[in-house]
Amino acid sequence: MSIATGNAAAAAVGGSAGAAGAAQRYYRRFTPVERIMHAFLMITFVGCALSGLPLIYAERAWAQTLARLLGGFEGAGLIHRICAFVMIVVFVSHVVMVFYKAIKGGRLMAMFWGPDSMVPQLQDGIDIWNNFKWFIGRGPRPQFDRWTYWEKFDYWAVFWGMFIIGGSGLLLWFPVFFSKLLPGWMFNIASLVHGEEALLAVGFIFTFHFFNGHLRPEKFPMDTVIFTGRIPEHELKGERQVEYQRLLREGKLEAKETTAPTSESKWFGWTIGGIALVLGVITVVLIVYSIF
Amino acid sequence: MTPTSLYRSLFALLLAGFATAAVAAPAAPAPNPNEACLACHGDKDAKNAAGKSIAVDGAKFAQSVHGAATLKCADCHAGIAADKIPHGDKLPPVQCANCHEKAVKEYAGTSHSVSRKAGNGAAASCTDCHGTHDIRPSKDPESRTSHANLAATCLRCHGDEAKVTKQGMPGGNIGNKFNDSIHGKALKGAASRSAPACNDCHGSHGMRPKSDPASRVARANIPNTCGSCHKPELAAWTNGMHGKLRQDGVLAAPGCTDCHSAHGVQQHDTSGFQLDVIKECGTCHADYVKTYRDTFHGQVTALGYSRMATCASCHGAHDVLPASNPASMVSPQNRLKTCQACHPGASANFASFDPHANKHDKARSPLYWYAARFMELLLLGVFSFFGVHTVFWFYRSLRERLSRGNSQERH
Repeated sequence: MSIATGNAAAAAVGGSAGAAGAAQRYYRRFTPVERIMHAFLMITFVGCALSGLPLIYAERAWAQTLARLLGGFEGAGLIHRICAFVMIVVFVSHVVMVFYKAIKGGRLMAMFWGPDSMVPQLQDGIDIWNNFKWFIGRGPRPQFDRWTYWEKFDYWAVFWGMFIIGGSGLLLWFPVFFSKLLPGWMFNIASLVHGEEALLAVGFIFTFHFFNGHLRPEKFPMDTVIFTGRIPEHELKGERQVEYQRLLREGKLEAKETTAPTSESKWFGWTIGGIALVLGVITVVLIVYSIF
Repeated sequence: MTPTSLYRSLFALLLAGFATAAVAAPAAPAPNPNEACLACHGDKDAKNAAGKSIAVDGAKFAQSVHGAATLKCADCHAGIAADKIPHGDKLPPVQCANCHEKAVKEYAGTSHSVSRKAGNGAAASCTDCHGTHDIRPSKDPESRTSHANLAATCLRCHGDEAKVTKQGMPGGNIGNKFNDSIHGKALKGAASRSAPACNDCHGSHGMRPKSDPASRVARANIPNTCGSCHKPELAAWTNGMHGKLRQDGVLAAPGCTDCHSAHGVQQHDTSGFQLDVIKECGTCHADYVKTYRDTFHGQVTALGYSRMATCASCHGAHDVLPASNPASMVSPQNRLKTCQACHPGASANFASFDPHANKHDKARSPLYWYAARFMELLLLGVFSFFGVHTVFWFYRSLRERLSRGNSQERH
């Protein structure tokens, strides 16, 4: 994917919705640290997926080829462990950071409740209901606040996955150590859930997360907000009207306004996102091919 | 066709020239009695009426086992009358049995002989393996049937794809299999003397098809045939479960070739053999190979890497015993030690891991069974919900965009 195509496509997305025209306004959605963490998360996730999947479909020719490309089972195992380690570090630092910021800012409550919280609220249930009504043509398109229910699902899926896959993975990584504390059947279950949960995570991220975030007609082929950190005004108004109105009401909108994303950050987003999209789609095709 | 006529003329001349009738007696410096035959047959372009070569290499014959024993042509080629030289076109076939009675009698029971009698001229007779005028004793390294050359001699037919296919030879084309096997390679190497050639397993004249219970390669006899060289392995196998089953009359229990194959036998520590033998175990122990494939051990070996526990790593090879036997590598008494061979420092908890936990067998692995059902439901639930969610969303978004596109066009 070239820079030119990337920018042209991005411009086309902006232009087609383009009430704002040339004087497009942007608002900050993700901090630089969050964007870096997401980048690490996606790289290590793809790394774990590609180095781990050959084991699940070990009898398939593609799995054997992939394992060979990654340096045999020893090489793939090393990549898997490096990616897993980095991912755990990213995860733990995120949790520490969230709590640190909340406590320091005296906003512990807001972490668990309200529009900036990732905790599911009653409104999320209502949103699911209304969204389905819109899907079947029985209602208007619902408007969302800062975090939609599918984004919250993605977020907690990572938490769940971290405990299930990360926990079982550590058991399998250091079986001699952990078996001093745990019975043998735990390792049977660990190897089962590590693989199954990994399939769930890979299958989910590379289809639904891709669709919700990038591939659906409103965003196709990619939403670069996670890479640039900036959401254009028309998208904030078009999909997150509730947030827009709230920020306006609370007088916080202006503080959120920021510069247009640099072409470097867009280029970075298109490249890293494009690679991940392609690898993800290939992976899904291989999994589906292997199941049937 | 056998050359005859000239021999007869020579015979007549001899009779006329000497008063004595003692043909073989070297009373005088008698010329080589075969010289007369070679006067015609010694010409390397000699042909019979049908145009087929009747040439005999006198020098080669002289070096052969029969030449060295100063046999005369007529000793094998009967039906040559001294007064009728050149001899007739059709002579009775050579009867090796006249001298080699025991060998020919043994040969009568081989597949070669049986199919020859049934009219299959392609099946080997004496000359196909031993040659004709140039036969050398098997001890002679130059011999077709010497230890070093025998395999090549057998493979002239059994390694010839066209002949194998046409004749439907048992075992198929074994040429590459044998040559690439540990035995085939060893035969060509420095340890050639101790490596087995075809006859060491099959016998030579006493060779029998494996369907014959007396055959050295009959299913029941294979362990003893292999064991004639591989003595410790035979002893271990005899004490192991597979050998015990054989002693109980279970002929289906695996012998040597079930795991090692026959002609293609490989060195046990090669990656190819280690990975293939898992599949061999699976022909009987299918469920256990299936559950093994669910573990990390089984996944890595399925990927093609042998530096990981295979069946034999935990169960042993020739002396495999059921877990209920205290001497077994996987008995409760020995299991931990077996794990520790690869996992130093492993504890009793470690060894309580079930390497054959079955997610469909609730009685064997109850917690594992519940975990498997839970994961199935979880995957099914998530993929169903988001599957429906995505399909509906895609449909709605597409429709809205299309209709908006249309309305924009109308402007």
